[in-house]
Amino acid sequence: MTDSKYFTTTKKGEIFELKAELNSDKKEKKKEAVKKVIASMTVGKDVSALFPDVVNCMQTDNLELKKLVYLYLMNYAKSQPDMAIMAVNTFVKDCEDANPLIRALAVRTMGCIRVDKITEYLCEPLRKCLKDEDPYVRKTAAVCVAKLHDINAQLVEDQGFLDTLKDLISDSNPMVVANAVAALSEIAESHPNSNLLDLNPQTINKLLTALNECTEWGQIFILDCLANYTPRDDRESQSICERVTPRLSHANSAVVLSAVKVLMKFMEMLPKDLDYYGTLLKKLAPPLVTLLSAEPELQYVALRNINLIVQRRPEILKHEMKVFFVKYNDPIYVKLEKLDIMIRLASQANIAQVLAELKEYSTEVDVDFVRKAVRAIGRCAIKVEQSAERCVSTLLDLIQTKVNYVVQEAIVVIKDIFRKYPNKYESVIATLCENLDSLDEPEARAAMIWIVGEYAERIDNADELLESFLEGFHDESTQVQLQLLTAIVKLFLKKPTETQELVQQVLSLATQDSDNPDLRDRGYIYWRLLSTDPVAAKEVVLAEKPLISEETDLIEPTLLEELICHIGTLASVYHKPPSAFVEGSRGVQHKRISGNAVSGESVESPDNGSAAGVTEAPPAVIQSHGDLLGDLLNLDLTPPTTTGPPPPSSSGMQMGAMDLLGGGLDSLMGDESEPLGGDLGGNPAMGAGFGGPPAVMPASFNAPVGGGLDDLFDLGSGVGMPMGAFNPPKTVWLPAMKAKGLEISGTFVRRAGVIQMEMNLTNKAMSVMTDFAIQFNRNSFGLASAGPLQILTPLSPNQSIEAALPLSTVGPIMKMEPLNNLQVAVKNNIDVFYFSCQYPISMLFVEDGKMERQVFLATWKDIPNENESQFQIKDCHLNSDAASNKLQSSNIFTIAKRTVEGQDMLYQSMKLTNGIWVLAELRVQAGNPNYTISLKCRAPEVNQCVFQNYESVLKN
Amino acid sequence: MIHSLFLINHSGDIFLEKHWKSVVSHSVCDYFFEAKEKAVDPEDVPPVLQTPHHYLITVHRDQLFFLSVVQTEVPPLFVIEFLHRVADTFQDYFGECSESVIKDNVVTVYELLEEMLDNGFPLATESNILKELIRPPTILRSVVNTLTGSSNVGDTLPTGQLSTVPWRRADVKYTNNEAYFDVIEEIDAILDKSGTTVFAEIQGVIEACVRLTGMPDLTMSFMNPRLLDDVSFHPCVRFKRWESERTLSFIPPDGHFTLMNYHVSSQNPVAIPVYVKQNISFFESGPCGRLDITIGPKQTMGKTVEALMVKIHMPKAVLSANLTATQGNYTYDLPNKLLIWDIGKLNPQKLPNLKGILSLQAGAAKPEDNPSLNIDLRIQQVAISGSPRFVSTYNWATVFSHCSICFSPLCTGLKVSRLEMFGEKYKPFKGVKYVTKAGKFQVRT
Repeated sequence: MTDSKYFTTTKKGEIFELKAELNSDKKEKKKEAVKKVIASMTVGKDVSALFPDVVNCMQTDNLELKKLVYLYLMNYAKSQPDMAIMAVNTFVKDCEDANPLIRALAVRTMGCIRVDKITEYLCEPLRKCLKDEDPYVRKTAAVCVAKLHDINAQLVEDQGFLDTLKDLISDSNPMVVANAVAALSEIAESHPNSNLLDLNPQTINKLLTALNECTEWGQIFILDCLANYTPRDDRESQSICERVTPRLSHANSAVVLSAVKVLMKFMEMLPKDLDYYGTLLKKLAPPLVTLLSAEPELQYVALRNINLIVQRRPEILKHEMKVFFVKYNDPIYVKLEKLDIMIRLASQANIAQVLAELKEYSTEVDVDFVRKAVRAIGRCAIKVEQSAERCVSTLLDLIQTKVNYVVQEAIVVIKDIFRKYPNKYESVIATLCENLDSLDEPEARAAMIWIVGEYAERIDNADELLESFLEGFHDESTQVQLQLLTAIVKLFLKKPTETQELVQQVLSLATQDSDNPDLRDRGYIYWRLLSTDPVAAKEVVLAEKPLISEETDLIEPTLLEELICHIGTLASVYHKPPSAFVEGSRGVQHKRISGNAVSGESVESPDNGSAAGVTEAPPAVIQSHGDLLGDLLNLDLTPPTTTGPPPPSSSGMQMGAMDLLGGGLDSLMGDESEPLGGDLGGNPAMGAGFGGPPAVMPASFNAPVGGGLDDLFDLGSGVGMPMGAFNPPKTVWLPAMKAKGLEISGTFVRRAGVIQMEMNLTNKAMSVMTDFAIQFNRNSFGLASAGPLQILTPLSPNQSIEAALPLSTVGPIMKMEPLNNLQVAVKNNIDVFYFSCQYPISMLFVEDGKMERQVFLATWKDIPNENESQFQIKDCHLNSDAASNKLQSSNIFTIAKRTVEGQDMLYQSMKLTNGIWVLAELRVQAGNPNYTISLKCRAPEVNQCVFQNYESVLKN
Repeated sequence: MIHSLFLINHSGDIFLEKHWKSVVSHSVCDYFFEAKEKAVDPEDVPPVLQTPHHYLITVHRDQLFFLSVVQTEVPPLFVIEFLHRVADTFQDYFGECSESVIKDNVVTVYELLEEMLDNGFPLATESNILKELIRPPTILRSVVNTLTGSSNVGDTLPTGQLSTVPWRRADVKYTNNEAYFDVIEEIDAILDKSGTTVFAEIQGVIEACVRLTGMPDLTMSFMNPRLLDDVSFHPCVRFKRWESERTLSFIPPDGHFTLMNYHVSSQNPVAIPVYVKQNISFFESGPCGRLDITIGPKQTMGKTVEALMVKIHMPKAVLSANLTATQGNYTYDLPNKLLIWDIGKLNPQKLPNLKGILSLQAGAAKPEDNPSLNIDLRIQQVAISGSPRFVSTYNWATVFSHCSICFSPLCTGLKVSRLEMFGEKYKPFKGVKYVTKAGKFQVRT
């Protein structure tokens, strides 16, 4: 007798039959019928029509039947709220049953019925159950509070359930404590003041006591809660660590990882010379290794976390390299993670083992894995200098296998090795050239071309090789085309006599026959350079390149620190801060500002929309952890793009600018002998930004370009700019303490439609700083630098310099928290530093943000009311006209003014660079220093920012 | 916490869904199907997937996908552990965990899922508590239920739910009191072409089957506990006692359970029980290759190696194998490209050998990837004490006196020296069995 029979009744009239059976007098028949109903429900059949009949079966002393009816109720009460009321009485009665199992079951089920009317009746029974004498009922009731909060948060607060829940933390039963903690943690996630779990030494002590006695799941809740506590001193921190350490030996891996999180976090507070610190480090290794013998899914999560742990404290696992060796039947996701950790642990001591393994992997079946293994060899070479030679010879062995994708991958990494150790392994070039014909992937072709161009003087037939690529120039991908252009120019500068024809050919291919703006622009730049000043060209194109370093694939330290605090969570699996995730269960919003906002035209870049303006939306699924850093550093650290053009993110504005110039240049192009117009004088130099690092930029760069840019952008912003726009004062963004002596303070201004970041850089270190460069992370509005950071003279100790960086809004987009947050990486000859700052959103208000009256009215009505936010601006003593004037200078335009009962209502509009309109209603009452403002926008996320901006503009 | 659960079979049918909060449309699984399309093997689907509004956390067990949907930040290991626990429970209740068995018992499954999770929080996951709440189906019981009209849902509060020993129910009674322990060690190793150990470690586990009346309190001590520095215990083990005395003191759950896992790391020397001489090569010209494998005993501590089996994953191009085995049988599974050589007992006097020709697909190039060998084996030894009145359930061979065991055939040499019982008056029948097995034991070619 199996339940599968319940699935077979699919004939017509089924519902009717069931109805009859449900109303049968025989107990057994009734139960069978309910079972059939449940079975149909589990496979998604609609049996809601039977609601009254099933509810009728509820009044029974048969526990199984009761449970089945409860199951049914939970599923369908929502769709039949009126009928669900019929069940309330039974619930209330059951909550007072003598059997604690029934009391608990009733309160549990009631909480699962998400119908408002039922919720009201739930309060009284719940209050009783929270104080029930039986701990089983109390612990069930604790969870019920969380359920209720999810349905009606206000009700839970009004009824004082949160306080009762807090009291349960001191309950005598550990299971009740654990459930209270779990419920509070869940509520805290969606609660505005998340200080629900008020952690103090007393509660911590209670939690630690309960920790030893509750179930494994309870231990996870308690440990995760403990991790949020900040101990007062290192002694308290040590004593908590001591009491948490036994959890490392738990059979449940989630308990182990949560314990690791607590220990990793509290360890930060222990002095490093303490004996206990060393003991703790030793204790952490075995449980982490043990996690790797579990099921593959567990391994995967463990590996993602270990990846963070080895970056923060490599000493923990430095002797455990071998456990990360890949087994051929590991799932691919485990293989790739293991490989990554192996490289992180690679050191001079174990490099021989690692290389032998990597070589072994490069003969595996899985192509992705093989490729990554080959790349890993390159990363080892860059990381462990002593091993570079061995790595190169391993790579050469692999090239000899002639396996196509292995060869291609090997060539890509050899290029990186050349970048790290220039002029050392050029002897292998001959071998590489032999494989030229087999390369069919753009990245490998580009790498090979780069090598040929870079070492053109040592390759006898470099011109022939490059010429052979040129034949199919238009079929190549952009990456290869750009690389080929640069390589041939390099070749020309090295061997001018034989290659004149070749360079002519490639320049005309790039500038005249191509419709790719990147390629055309670069072509023009080289052309200008070569025709005006070959010496300068040489300086720019053949400039010494900065070495790449092994640090490129590390997670940025502040992010790493944050992630360490979130070990074991989803954030640790994605290697992204939790703020980058969908927030709270109610946060059913898109991660980014809605699509229409992204694609909206921006005023500043009239004709670069397709190529540089809009970058494709980043994929929503797992991104490699390197991305963030890659994005920040692709200015000149990520190998493949070094000599290539800076990617669109950093050069969007340049492109726009160059294209405007390009129009002018075209007419000059026809006649090579015609001298270049004075107005273009500065531009070749500006182009240098593409080809070489900022250090080699001619000194004349600064003045003309700045002016030029301003002129250019005036085209975009026809509206005259009223004077006196509010610009926040400079604040310190990067204290010298955090950046090895470099202090940066700054602010943002918008002048004549151009956004600028004005910075003060101060050198507080003992040595000279040079080679400044700047890069932004992806941000909410696509802010990107529109030119290189213009600091041309070295910054000597105790010197300060001012720099203004023009910004564009065509960079890649990622929603930040808060919205106007900007993460910046600044590089100099010493290191790369990171900081984040917030820009006033008014920077993004464009000059033509004044909406037509009619349009305003229609839009205001059209935007749904839930998108409206209301704020209070306190202590503002301006009258409405003064306020309006002041706001206008920040591109907030008053469209209409109405006076009702002594209250001035200002209707205002503003438009963001990405095309989002924000509408506002500002209410000013004479004599009342408090304004009320209502904001409406299709992307309500911006409201908060806009409000803050109002406040700062009006008060300054 | 955990929002919903979907059970999906290999062909991509969702055959069961359960929601603990509001209902999530099963279209959310499309993201999973998308990822499954991309993966070569079903087990290559990433366990954590992000969709615009949810996270999908999946485990793959017994040809089924257990897919859970979460909406808020939640420890993924927590979810994965829980899903495995669900699969374990099905296994425990129905003897297997398969689509047909779940469909056959769908109401019980639904009741179980309801008991295991409340609002996404685990409620009762201990097998003995669940069994008190919902009795596992048996043929006898269903007959009895039909006759008497009684149900298979318990109507009292499970005694374990709130006690400090939630894993044990009260009032356990047996006529024969027995406690058996299997100490099983699995060798995970990678050997390279020449037979050198690249990496080897041991995963040990003590599986217990305890059927004792009342509330017995057991103590197990070891001859050489210093081997155990990386351990994880069943919640019943008193950790403080272990820390101070290195003995396992516990009130056992009733029935089968895993008492302890231990791990002996790659930094300790590991005895490899067999060696493998192998030569698999493909000719540069002509569509065939040669295979020659011999296996011999290495460090077996004088014990017999049993259940020896070699599995070889062949390159894609290999069409068939024409081989001769001096012992055992071989089969070639063409769709999976898996050559299995089942040897059986290893005879040290006459070493088993497998030799012959592999033929490739006509016109196929020489394979780029190397085949890799997987070895399965088993070495076992038994020790028991007490008064074996009825020993039929276990195949015990040797009797050991109360206080000492004379040998340990395990790789690590771990020995149980003493097993004592307190708290009850009767004299139980006790036994320890030692088994060494190959875990992930592979030889590269």
